[in-house]
Amino acid sequence: MSVSSTQSLSSARRTRRRPFPLHIVVFLAPALLIYTVVMIYPILASLWLSLNHTVNGVNTFVGVSNYQRLLGTELYVQPLMNALKNNLIFFVIHMLVQNPVGMLLAVLLTMKLRGTTVYRTILFTPTVMSVVVVGFAWKLILNPAWGVQRSLLTPLHLQSLDLPWLGLASSALATLSLISVWQNVGIPMLLFLAALVRIPEELYEAARLDGAGAWTVFRYIQLPLILPTVGIVSVLTFVGNFNAFDLIYAVQGAIAGPNFASDILGTLFYRTFFGYQLQPGDPNMGAAVAGFMLVVILIGLLIYLVAWQRRITEVQF
Amino acid sequence: MRRAGSSRVLAHLALLLYCLIALFPTLMIVVNSFKDRVSIFAQPFALPTAKTFSLDGYRTLADSANFPLYFLNSLTTTLGSLLLILFVSSMAAYALSEYTFRLNALTALYLSIGIMVPIRLGTVGILNLMVSLHLVNTLWALILVYTAQGIPLAVFVLTSFMRGVPRELKEAARIDGASEYRIYGLILPLIRPALGAVTAISMIPIWNDLWFPLILAPGEKTKTIVLGASAFLGQFVNDYSAVLAALTLAIVPVVILYVLFSRQLVSGITGGAVK
Repeated sequence: MSVSSTQSLSSARRTRRRPFPLHIVVFLAPALLIYTVVMIYPILASLWLSLNHTVNGVNTFVGVSNYQRLLGTELYVQPLMNALKNNLIFFVIHMLVQNPVGMLLAVLLTMKLRGTTVYRTILFTPTVMSVVVVGFAWKLILNPAWGVQRSLLTPLHLQSLDLPWLGLASSALATLSLISVWQNVGIPMLLFLAALVRIPEELYEAARLDGAGAWTVFRYIQLPLILPTVGIVSVLTFVGNFNAFDLIYAVQGAIAGPNFASDILGTLFYRTFFGYQLQPGDPNMGAAVAGFMLVVILIGLLIYLVAWQRRITEVQF
Repeated sequence: MRRAGSSRVLAHLALLLYCLIALFPTLMIVVNSFKDRVSIFAQPFALPTAKTFSLDGYRTLADSANFPLYFLNSLTTTLGSLLLILFVSSMAAYALSEYTFRLNALTALYLSIGIMVPIRLGTVGILNLMVSLHLVNTLWALILVYTAQGIPLAVFVLTSFMRGVPRELKEAARIDGASEYRIYGLILPLIRPALGAVTAISMIPIWNDLWFPLILAPGEKTKTIVLGASAFLGQFVNDYSAVLAALTLAIVPVVILYVLFSRQLVSGITGGAVK
């Protein structure tokens, strides 16, 4: 910024035609200032903190030793790997359930049915609600004491499914993932919808003349043309999932029970930073967990840029 | 012809079924919040009748929680952040779309880092920053964080909209002697739909956030409605009518806002993501 300003300043003095573009600086400064001070600087400061160790309020630079501790000591590595594994499962369930369902709903919404706008509005409603509300609502519904689950399942002769889904270590994570899918399915739906409405009408007409059915149209026209959106949706799902915290915290608390079965990186980060029960919080180790999360997210973005973008260009040419 | 008709019926059925799944939990909560304690358990699916209708839950809520204050805090934080996001982002977007200067592309790239890297990863640094600025347990801490979080996407969406404003308009104003700031002021009303879209996509995550209120402003005076509701739910976990009433109060405002801004929200999400 300063380099270009001084350069244009000197050129302005030379030519006396173009005055120093002060207004550009004025227009950009507020946004850049807030963004840099409150977002970029804290992220860098966190990374810096993760390379330090604090004893009695004194910061000492210790290099990567916090990361060595995170990845090398039983106390940290076991929860970290558990959280990473759970996060991956959380992500895979979203990819396998949320995005295909979102795509299906989008395809149905492009069929020009009556009431499409009403459907779309209703289908997106869960997405706008707070996770705290969503989490608690589902906790009530799945609560064996309230019995909503039971009164729904008994008429269908499915009493065997009446289990405390959120209370079992084996099912808690999958149940939470599905609650999150239920809430967020509106986002891929809208993104796919936006891509689908851009497909030229002639393509559909040509397909109809050839006698193509709905599946053929989807497979050979719609799917290939919304493939770039599939990539965007995957990246958004990935970043969103590795940033998830609220739902698990709201439903299972910071302990991410039962027995850490639903612990993900977000809740682990919270616990490492603030401490819980008998373990005191440690800002440096918390920052190291955040640094680890940043690396995971960057690896994901890199895979997208290298693998997916290349595949798209290969499909096109 | 017949096949097309039957696939339409199937599509309607599938959409109706999914609408039911989407609405069911919310309806359960709202309907049962107006019933007395016994019938909440005995007939969870029944609508409230004259006999089972009760406002006990809302009464408990009115007596025991600072919900109006929490609500006001959420409103202040959300409106404050939105105004700041719209103001500073539209200025930056104007500069990026209107002028060609060295570092233009680099500035745009720098701002777009924030779209992909979640601000939460800087939480430790943000907390330290807010402590040193003495902003912990103030709404300003939240407003600043949400503004920083909202700027990248807002600049991105607004820049592409501003590029669409006809050049002639600005040139005509310049010939009439208008200053650059005046021209920016003239442009703003023209991109109202974009401003609406940015408002709609920025609003929901701010209103619903739990993480930053929990960390930066957990005090009783600065609790947002989401944090307040979450604390309340933990405390009154067995008083179902109060819990259901609290949930209903947390649902209603956001659904009203959503219905009002629904069109802008759709155009914002779809316009922002699909370049």
